[in-house]
Amino acid sequence: MTAQELSPSLCPSETEAAAQQPAEHRRAPLWRRPFTWLIVLVGLAFALLPAWGDNVQLRESLSLAAVYITLASSLNIMLGYSGYVNFGNIVFFGLGGYICVYLVSEWLWPLVAAALVAGVAVSLLALIFGLGILRLRGAFFALATIGVNEAVKAFVSNFEPWGGATGIYLSLDVYQPLGGPAQALWIVHFLIVAVMTASLFLSYVIKSSKFGLGLLAIGENEDAAAVLGVHTPRYKAFAYSASAFLPAIVGGLFFFKSGIIEPGGAFDLTGSIETIVMVMLGGLGTVTGAALGASFYEELRGVLLTTEALSHFQLVIAGVLLLAIVLFAPGGLMGFIYRRWPRMRRLLE
Amino acid sequence: MTGVIASLIDGVLVGAVYGLAAMGLTLIWGVMNVINLTHGAMIVLGMFALYFLASALGLPPYGAVPVSIVIGFVVGVVVYWIAVHRVIGRTHLMALLSTFAMNMVLIGLGTALFSTSPYNVPVALPGITWREYTFTGTHVVAAALALLIAGLLYLLLHRTRIGKAIRAVADNREAAELNGIPTTQVLSFAFGLGVALAAVSGTLIATLFPFNVLSGGAYEVKSFVVTVLGGMGNPAGALMGGVALGLIEGAATPFMPVSWTPVIEFVLFVAVLIMFPRGVFAFTRS
Amino acid sequence: MTALLEVVGVSKRFGGVHAVRDLSLSVHGGEILGLIGPNGAGKSTVFNLINGVYPPNRGRITFKGEDITGKPPYRIARCGLARAHQIVQPLAGMTVLENCTVGACFGRENLPLARAQDVVREAAEIVGLADRLDHPAGQLTTAGKKRLELARALSARPELLLLDEVLAGLNPTEIERMIRVIRRIRGRGIAILMIEHVMRAIMSLSDRIVVLNLGGKLAEGTPRSVVNNPEVIAVYLGAPEPTGQSADVAR
Repeated sequence: MTAQELSPSLCPSETEAAAQQPAEHRRAPLWRRPFTWLIVLVGLAFALLPAWGDNVQLRESLSLAAVYITLASSLNIMLGYSGYVNFGNIVFFGLGGYICVYLVSEWLWPLVAAALVAGVAVSLLALIFGLGILRLRGAFFALATIGVNEAVKAFVSNFEPWGGATGIYLSLDVYQPLGGPAQALWIVHFLIVAVMTASLFLSYVIKSSKFGLGLLAIGENEDAAAVLGVHTPRYKAFAYSASAFLPAIVGGLFFFKSGIIEPGGAFDLTGSIETIVMVMLGGLGTVTGAALGASFYEELRGVLLTTEALSHFQLVIAGVLLLAIVLFAPGGLMGFIYRRWPRMRRLLE
Repeated sequence: MTGVIASLIDGVLVGAVYGLAAMGLTLIWGVMNVINLTHGAMIVLGMFALYFLASALGLPPYGAVPVSIVIGFVVGVVVYWIAVHRVIGRTHLMALLSTFAMNMVLIGLGTALFSTSPYNVPVALPGITWREYTFTGTHVVAAALALLIAGLLYLLLHRTRIGKAIRAVADNREAAELNGIPTTQVLSFAFGLGVALAAVSGTLIATLFPFNVLSGGAYEVKSFVVTVLGGMGNPAGALMGGVALGLIEGAATPFMPVSWTPVIEFVLFVAVLIMFPRGVFAFTRS
Repeated sequence: MTALLEVVGVSKRFGGVHAVRDLSLSVHGGEILGLIGPNGAGKSTVFNLINGVYPPNRGRITFKGEDITGKPPYRIARCGLARAHQIVQPLAGMTVLENCTVGACFGRENLPLARAQDVVREAAEIVGLADRLDHPAGQLTTAGKKRLELARALSARPELLLLDEVLAGLNPTEIERMIRVIRRIRGRGIAILMIEHVMRAIMSLSDRIVVLNLGGKLAEGTPRSVVNNPEVIAVYLGAPEPTGQSADVAR
């Protein structure tokens, strides 16, 4: 036992004395950390690589990857940090898509404004809704989120102003303000990459913040966290809302690009599930993991869908993958990397 | 008015089957604290069992009922050893994801093998008439069988050694282990039992309505609603909850288009969970 | 002088069982109040009522003059009340440092991350975990985890600390260590309400003792008066040993 005698002046009401502690426990401000620059670099690569050679195929592939990465890193905020499974996470994507597309086609709003409003609206709805259903613990919450997705899908299918069951088709006119369809696709690509970079950054910022610490505590042991003073219902609701914001925006951009949105495709539960697989595959609770898992899974999915024999088994393979990860490698890719190269823990969050 | 009353009674009959399905779910939860997300797939298993046994093999429809129980039990035990055994001690999150992944695999295989085409097993039974009401024969038989099986479950849980072991493990696994009960075996048995109940309820539902590979989802939601009405881990409550849900559906169907049912049931699910965290029928302890 | 913590006429029922019956007690600033009694007397229930795990059926609890009856645990923690649990609940995947940081950031002072470091170091030094700040909490020994409970509670800079059988499962050397740590904590002006079965610890540490039995207060007073109280002896302590020291009560 340390025989240190402690200064009697250290009473609860007095300010603490500054000790000389080793530097490693003090962290550098965000903009100086290498990981931040890594995120920026990845974003630049996604944006500039296809632009360099005017490579449309690469652009499309990276756009899709960027969408997946946005969804996965946003889901990570809830799933990875606080341990709450949002089975219906695709509802943010679909609803954001609908709001943005509706504003652009019916009200002739500029794309960026429409996408932003979609993001704000969906995360506000998520906050209100979250405050209600996040009283439900663990498993019940997870089930309720499936219900949310189904309920919103049923509602939208019957909602005439949004095209009901057929959905909304965008006329080519909407691409004129962006300089025509060809140029618009490039612009949208850059916007999507910007959102992806923002999502990685948001996920990282949260993880390094007091808010993130509270979420991680909830994920470890919710009751203990509450006793320690973490306002669990509020924190969970904020996490839920935060995890809705960027998926809603990227949904708006994605469906604008596709030119059409309909309930089945917008609220497809398979997409929700795949996002969960991506997060687990890459490594629960890590920012890099979400990016790696999303990229890897996108590749896998591409291969599956183009191989005639395997295309019917998409869900099966995703399921087997998820099962294998849960049973044998719950830490995912990053878990493996951290074990093999412990130094990476500090470098790659 | 006749129509509404008939609809209500019909709802009660179908509700008994819902209750049976929910009993499987709530049993597994009560014994091992796991929410079986393969529940819907197991109901579909029972549905297809009826189809193959009755249509393909020519078995009389209700003869498929005991076979379905056996098949469900075996499949349940297998699923236990594959997906559940390793995650029992771990966080709820892992257990959820594990059974969920298993469900994906099963539904995926089902879709690959049978696509999403509707299947139907026509069961011809005379209706039962009482005064001015006519009740579909199949509904009455399904309800009767559901109650019978529920009764058998009660006897199993309370009058047999394995039932006693199951209740002991449900109460306190460590204590049961210390008392010499092979808890892992008991857990796999209980899981098999829960799945058997889901499967046989699927078989009964298939005698009433057409189905496809994806039908399980809707009935899974119903099972969850019933389970929260009755209280998790409370089989008797599940039966009452099933009847209650059946009543609600019976009251609503004359007035509402079917596509709104998932929305209503979801709202009900969340509302009940928030207002009655221990279940509306929590006073019935089994 | 108003007490720091006032528990007035509090009752709690679980189904048909009266866990706590019309109990009143108070803890004053800077004192150590011991809470003893046989198993099932309701001691842990009292703690759960005080720090908000569930509300009482009847009665009132005030802390620093403010009514905290039935408030959720996170609000109570913010008022300056912290707890070290009997069944340790480390945030297993996080390090000792991170565990204590949670305590510091969400406790009474609601500190931002940057300022938590110093508080955490200090708390860790008091309990003797300063050399293990980077250890994952899940990998500590039982004694280590018990110390973590304490360090985490201390990091919240509480004014009242609830200690729930922190000596249970420790060997005699570790017990001695803990006793010294508890004295240090009191030396900083933190009031302590402690449940304990290790009699010599509670006798030497407490300023006052409350004895609980079947949910109600059986006796209250100085350690000396309580240990000689015939009812207390009958119900809980057994006759004192010839050396004059009461035997440690086995659980």
